[in-house]
Amino acid sequence: MHIVVCIKHIPDPDAPWVQFSIDARALAVVALPGVRWLVSPFDEQALEAALQLRETLGEVRITVLTVGAESCRAALKHGLAMGADDGLLLCDPAFDAGDAWTTAVAISAAVRKLGAPALVLTGRQAADWDSGVVGGAIGELLDWPVISFAAQVGVFADELRVQRVVEDGIDTVHSSLPAVVTVSNELGKARSPNLRETMRAARKPTTVWSAFDLGLHAAQIAPRSVRENVFAPSRQQQCEFIAGATAGEQAAGLAERLRAAKLI
Amino acid sequence: MAPLLVVTEIRAARPTGLAIELLGLARSLAGGAVGPAREVAAVAFGPCAIESAPELIAHGADRVFVVVDADLVEFDSDRWCAALTSITREILPELVLLGHTPCGSDVAPRLAFRVGGAVASGCTEISRRGGTLLFTRTCYGDNARESLRLNASPAVATLRSGSCDSAVVDGSRTGTVVARAVPGPGRSRVVARQRDSGEAVRLEDARVVVGGGRGMNGAEGFLALQTLASALGGAVGASRVACDLGWCPKSWQIGLTGKSVAPELYIAAGISGASHHMAGCAGAKTIVAINRDAEAPIFRQARYGIVGDCIEIVLALAAVVSSKPAGE
Repeated sequence: MHIVVCIKHIPDPDAPWVQFSIDARALAVVALPGVRWLVSPFDEQALEAALQLRETLGEVRITVLTVGAESCRAALKHGLAMGADDGLLLCDPAFDAGDAWTTAVAISAAVRKLGAPALVLTGRQAADWDSGVVGGAIGELLDWPVISFAAQVGVFADELRVQRVVEDGIDTVHSSLPAVVTVSNELGKARSPNLRETMRAARKPTTVWSAFDLGLHAAQIAPRSVRENVFAPSRQQQCEFIAGATAGEQAAGLAERLRAAKLI
Repeated sequence: MAPLLVVTEIRAARPTGLAIELLGLARSLAGGAVGPAREVAAVAFGPCAIESAPELIAHGADRVFVVVDADLVEFDSDRWCAALTSITREILPELVLLGHTPCGSDVAPRLAFRVGGAVASGCTEISRRGGTLLFTRTCYGDNARESLRLNASPAVATLRSGSCDSAVVDGSRTGTVVARAVPGPGRSRVVARQRDSGEAVRLEDARVVVGGGRGMNGAEGFLALQTLASALGGAVGASRVACDLGWCPKSWQIGLTGKSVAPELYIAAGISGASHHMAGCAGAKTIVAINRDAEAPIFRQARYGIVGDCIEIVLALAAVVSSKPAGE
């Protein structure tokens, strides 16, 4: 079985926000030097799901795929060090100028070119732009079933079995293969690369494909959204601190204000 | 003029608060102050779709498509997508609006790209600027917002709860109800549904939400929060850390990857105020923060703050609230 895991190279989403700035003219969010770049955590969990499938099923080839500049090789290297078998970088200036649609078109073309992977895994959303659109889009472009927000991914006798997170619990969803699954944080922590895998990763192959290699022309990958503005939301509040000698006094002071405001 | 289509979710035989909010937004985007208004159509799934139609009409729908099937009382991605695709192809809406929920987030990109459109997810605002729609959405854990124009039709968008006001209820509004065929089984199917029990008040619809984070120090801290929530007639939520630590069910998570809540009052206890949590309560009207650390970022977004031991204060507040009921 061949699994493709889509990963994205992003600035550390847990870095303090003071280490980022908004460039309104370039319509971009800029991570200042010193912010670590890493694999988007949900994508790392998608790779963890693939590695767990390999542990259960045995014969599984895992390809980590990313769309981006040459610098994104670092993300592939991390994926290979976690245990993936080979890397695939989709690299083209036309992709950089694109949006989620562009990315999904590129990935689905790559999946077709790879032959017949049984499963494409992605994180539920990239932890930078938080869109959560690419997984569903790949499924539609390939005309494969899509199961979102997986907390657990299993394959039994060629049937996909996913525990899917819903509003107030978990649904068990069964599906035919091939399929696309987006992985949620409920899957649990992804493993860290160990020394042995990190050493081996250096010898694993990474392929680079451009739009031309994928047979894609400009009109097919033209973005469907145009960013008009990027800004910081304003939500500063003047906080009134409620003092008191004891917790009881503080609570009484708060209750009084909430009642006056008819909130309780 | 192309209509607007609202995909509603039904819980306990009634449209959710977010569904009503979506209708309010659709109504305001439909115009009508000068010139004719666009039609607002709604879709409802499940056995209660027909009985919920009058409420959808009273809140702004002109036409309600009902897909009546006992199994569709709950979400089924393939079948919802199939039904929505056929309705979208039939009425060619300018915009399809869904809630930013696990269902809406699943369906939106699939529907958008199946029918040749484009999608904006997690919107906090949708407005009309010079004839085109502008979608403002959260990004970078809601530390930033971006505004997008979509250049493929139809536009499909998911809206975060608490982003806009519901339309005023008008029981005299009239509308039509149209039954749609139930789509056959898809390639993926739900074989079991496990539900977290014990939610007295639904988190997403609660007027008062009491949220707990790492500062609650464990499952016992969440018992204190439940005491306070029941004294206030509210619901309990949590930060992702508290859920990951197993102090409460995962379905209580409020934040970017959890639920979006928009209560009148949000009491956040032992929550530092990381932006990915605050993204889930951006619609809260008044925030009260209780934290041991006076420097916690949450105080910058709170109207009232108390610095001290979270459990002690939560229990004291529960005692004060229960001893003197509001209105006394």
